[in-house]
Amino acid sequence: MSLILKTLSNPYFVTMKSGAEAEAKKVDLDLTVAAGKTDGDTQTQISAIDDAISRGDKGILITPNGDAVNTELKKARDAGLFVIALDTVPNPPSTVDVTYATDNEQAGKLIGQYAAERLDGQKAVIAMLDDFNDQVVSVDVQRDHGFLEGMGIDPGSPTQNGKEQKTGHYTGGKGGDYQVVCHQPTAGSIPGGKTAMENCLSANGDINVVYTINEPAADGALQALADAGKQGVMVVTIDGSCKYVNSLVKDGKIAADAVQYPGKMASLGVQAIAKLASGGSTPSLPAGQDFINTGTALTTAQPVDGVKSETPATAAQSCWG
Amino acid sequence: MLVLVLACLVFGFANSRFIQPTNLSIILQQAAVVGALAVGQTLIILTAGIDLSVGAIMVLSSLVMAKLVSDGGLPGIVALLVGFAVAVVAALLNGLLVTKINLPPFIVTLGTLSIFTAATLIYAQGMTISLTPGGVLTWTGRDISLGGFHLTVGVLMMLALYALSAYALRQTAWGKHLYATGDDVEAARLAGIRTNRVLLSAYVVAGAVFGIAAWILVGRINGADPNAGLNANLESITAVVIGGTSLFGGRGAVVGSLIGALIVQVFDNGLALAGMDPNYQVLAVGLLVIAAVAADQWIRSVKS
Repeated sequence: MSLILKTLSNPYFVTMKSGAEAEAKKVDLDLTVAAGKTDGDTQTQISAIDDAISRGDKGILITPNGDAVNTELKKARDAGLFVIALDTVPNPPSTVDVTYATDNEQAGKLIGQYAAERLDGQKAVIAMLDDFNDQVVSVDVQRDHGFLEGMGIDPGSPTQNGKEQKTGHYTGGKGGDYQVVCHQPTAGSIPGGKTAMENCLSANGDINVVYTINEPAADGALQALADAGKQGVMVVTIDGSCKYVNSLVKDGKIAADAVQYPGKMASLGVQAIAKLASGGSTPSLPAGQDFINTGTALTTAQPVDGVKSETPATAAQSCWG
Repeated sequence: MLVLVLACLVFGFANSRFIQPTNLSIILQQAAVVGALAVGQTLIILTAGIDLSVGAIMVLSSLVMAKLVSDGGLPGIVALLVGFAVAVVAALLNGLLVTKINLPPFIVTLGTLSIFTAATLIYAQGMTISLTPGGVLTWTGRDISLGGFHLTVGVLMMLALYALSAYALRQTAWGKHLYATGDDVEAARLAGIRTNRVLLSAYVVAGAVFGIAAWILVGRINGADPNAGLNANLESITAVVIGGTSLFGGRGAVVGSLIGALIVQVFDNGLALAGMDPNYQVLAVGLLVIAAVAADQWIRSVKS
């Protein structure tokens, strides 16, 4: 079977790779790994799907880089391969046999709800540190919108970031006034997060809530805040890697982190293909869902009433498992 | 220069926060890494070459520095020297392929871009590395207050690189040989310049500069991130081109690249402050880059 990842420049996908390798060994399947060169690189993924078909693989596990791979995935299924998506639900979901993924919107919602509760009625001056600003990536949009929904702010568009009303009233927690100061791209990296936060702070020094797409972006944002001498700014993010859960989250510098389980996605995916290949049936979807949710949990060193969370120590036991 | 001043005035009028010393300091800090890289890129472009792998070399070098300290437990100064060595060897490899095997620089560095990026990913496994502040490696991130301005050691280091390279290019025989070789290799060779040696020296000096850029990057983010240099290759070329250095070699000045790097950063920051829709922000930077070069060309044609 083949595992086709988005990139290998992100420890999240590297974790997925080792999870799949370990599970493939258990169920005695040969695993070939391929990955895009950058986020959004569909061409390399399409070639990898082609390779899998001509190799006569039993199945493909893929974290699709975009809709452009869908036609190729259909070709693979027509050729008799089982196709399972991990981490990212394709559009439409029926492109693949089944998807194992984090509900990114739900993950965003958790940190939004947390932020709203902890504000306790105060005015929210919000910086949004997104992944990109020059391409629409589903994870980027789902997390951004999830956060706004969790705060009780209408995202204003189903498919695009930055379309919400810039000022208004949030309804999460006790509710209160809000102002969205900026949407800045970070490319999910530390320097990207730092530059983005610096620009946002120059635009408005009163920022007290920072949404970040992932942990490296949060890391960069915290450095910019520290350089500017800003204290008590609430930075929330989504990832749940062992490294950050055991450092910035534990220290309370990242106020809340929604954890996800890439290792679990990978091992469930490998098991499903092994089962399908030996004549079993497709795992059934929960009612009303178009993918199998591998779960998220909120971890924070400062829990608030009204939002269920676990301590960083608990989260560290299953980080990225 | 005119474009830079005009852009600052426009953004300053549009938003009074832009002209605040803290914001201007931040622009300098944001420009430090690409600004430093652009020094090395200028040297290579002056030889009629181009280096598509500068960002990859810098990121590889920064990861080696940070990882040797955080995982290897080596003293910062040793890690720093090893990181410099990695950058110089990488650039030397580019230079050798260009001079000894006579491959076009574009092709060579297109290839090594992939090689260095892959080496980085294999070495780092995608992980970011955090350092505790206070060591040799993070010294470049130290804050230096001058009046209301907050410069960092990295910013000063970048400015020093410009001063040094401007002096070397203008006042030394090496600089004159570099211009001559870039302008017309054959003529330079006939004039008795050992052109291959000059070319190779440009790559090696550039490599050392990339090592310094890596040091500035580590100081800026208190660690290393394999995803840090994604756009740095093109950004450095953009800065050099806006700065008026000819892509055909032999013509231009290193100081122009500093202005080029600052123009890009000023546009990025100014538009972000103006709260422009992010999608249009990218579009606007592209348009303004072309406008800047066109304006520069026009001024030259009027002058001459």
